[in-house]
Amino acid sequence: MTARDGHMENAMRIEPTWLATVESESGVKVSACYQCKKCTVGCPLTFAMDIYPDQVIRMVQMGQRERVLACNTVWVCSGCETCTTRCPNAVDVAGIMDYLKETAIRSGMEIPQPKTYVFHKAFLNEIRRRGRVFEAGLVGTYLRESGDLKAKLEDKTLGEELALGWAMFKKGRMRFFPKGIKGKTEIREILK
Amino acid sequence: MEKVSYYPGCSLEGTARDYSESIRAVCQELGIGLDELADWSCCGASSAHSIDHGASIDLPRRNLVIAGRAGRDLVVPCPLCYNRLKVAEKDAASGERRVRIWDLANYMGREEVLHVIKGKVTKPLAGIRAVCYYGCMSSRPPKITDADDCENPMSMDRILACLGAEVVPWSYKTDCCGASHAIPRQDLVFELVGRLYRRAVAAGANCIAVSCQMCQANLDMYQDKINQAMRTDYYLPVLYFTELMGLAMGHRDVRTWFSRHFVDPTALLTQAGLVP
Repeated sequence: MTARDGHMENAMRIEPTWLATVESESGVKVSACYQCKKCTVGCPLTFAMDIYPDQVIRMVQMGQRERVLACNTVWVCSGCETCTTRCPNAVDVAGIMDYLKETAIRSGMEIPQPKTYVFHKAFLNEIRRRGRVFEAGLVGTYLRESGDLKAKLEDKTLGEELALGWAMFKKGRMRFFPKGIKGKTEIREILK
Repeated sequence: MEKVSYYPGCSLEGTARDYSESIRAVCQELGIGLDELADWSCCGASSAHSIDHGASIDLPRRNLVIAGRAGRDLVVPCPLCYNRLKVAEKDAASGERRVRIWDLANYMGREEVLHVIKGKVTKPLAGIRAVCYYGCMSSRPPKITDADDCENPMSMDRILACLGAEVVPWSYKTDCCGASHAIPRQDLVFELVGRLYRRAVAAGANCIAVSCQMCQANLDMYQDKINQAMRTDYYLPVLYFTELMGLAMGHRDVRTWFSRHFVDPTALLTQAGLVP
């Protein structure tokens, strides 16, 4: 590979119209950001992010769609809303993180932190099934779908998981049987 | 008796049974009638707002419609449910029937309720040195929660002071515990919760008072493992403010609630001379 090829490989693909798309679809005025970085300074999860929240916003402004959708930051965000609360320009940073998760999913790309996505899907499936979340069912589905069940069987840590579940059951904090609601049809209509 | 609509949320039927039981018990003592919303459904929580924006509004809206029919103020113990219901409220068309939505701690932290609480205290909580930990969602963002003190909420502080506990000031009342990362990214929760322990101990607290069942689970269930990972030996019982109210009122079920905790508060209560 020549130096020039390497350079091309690292070059950012810019999509100049993306900012306008993000703003109209999310309703968030990303262009209002003047990079004070207050979002990043207050963010409790920067230690686990590959790019910082202010950089995500800047990259959206610059149309760096591919790079933003490939970062783990939007999946590490816990939605604590500190950034949104403190932004002096009313940029809903946490809202943009959610918008970017949905955009990544819609694009069919590989999700940077797939287990978090599996968890959210399992959670919504619980709601779809019964109208309420049954925690034991949620954890069971998550373990199966995320591949954690297999991994924990292989490295023999499944016992820890079961011990925790058993302890919760003994303390009365885990039910074995779910409760459902009557209005399941309404819920399925919402979660089509 | 004052009657309100009550939206417990899914966790209070499972992992947060202690919260649920203590809420019902103290509300009865205080003369607050909780009328559970008929056929309520999940608010969608973090998962809906992360991957399905439409459902994140429509799921809580269904419950607001039910509450509108009931016509009473709606009290919500889970801050995440509270937050999602408030989002749906702000999104609602102006013609829809509205009820006032309350975060439980804010509902109980009002002067008129504090007055009633004070009258019910038979065993003041001397020896309890608590930091109040509110978590994120009853405060932020204020344009949704309508909190006027989102960087420094005070409702639990006021309630605990009424109970005779020592409320220890600290700066981390609304720092995130990592919430639902507990399942797919436990490492993140361990880091965030580890920081909270360190700060609570540095502030001089001997326990943590909470109003959120997600925070309670993350701070209580893994304390052993986090201590192991950080090579620390923190002992910090994580107590719902409603459990502390029950304790101060001498409620007979306090022992049952505490038996559901992973960090057993008995040693703390013995030391404080408050064994129920």
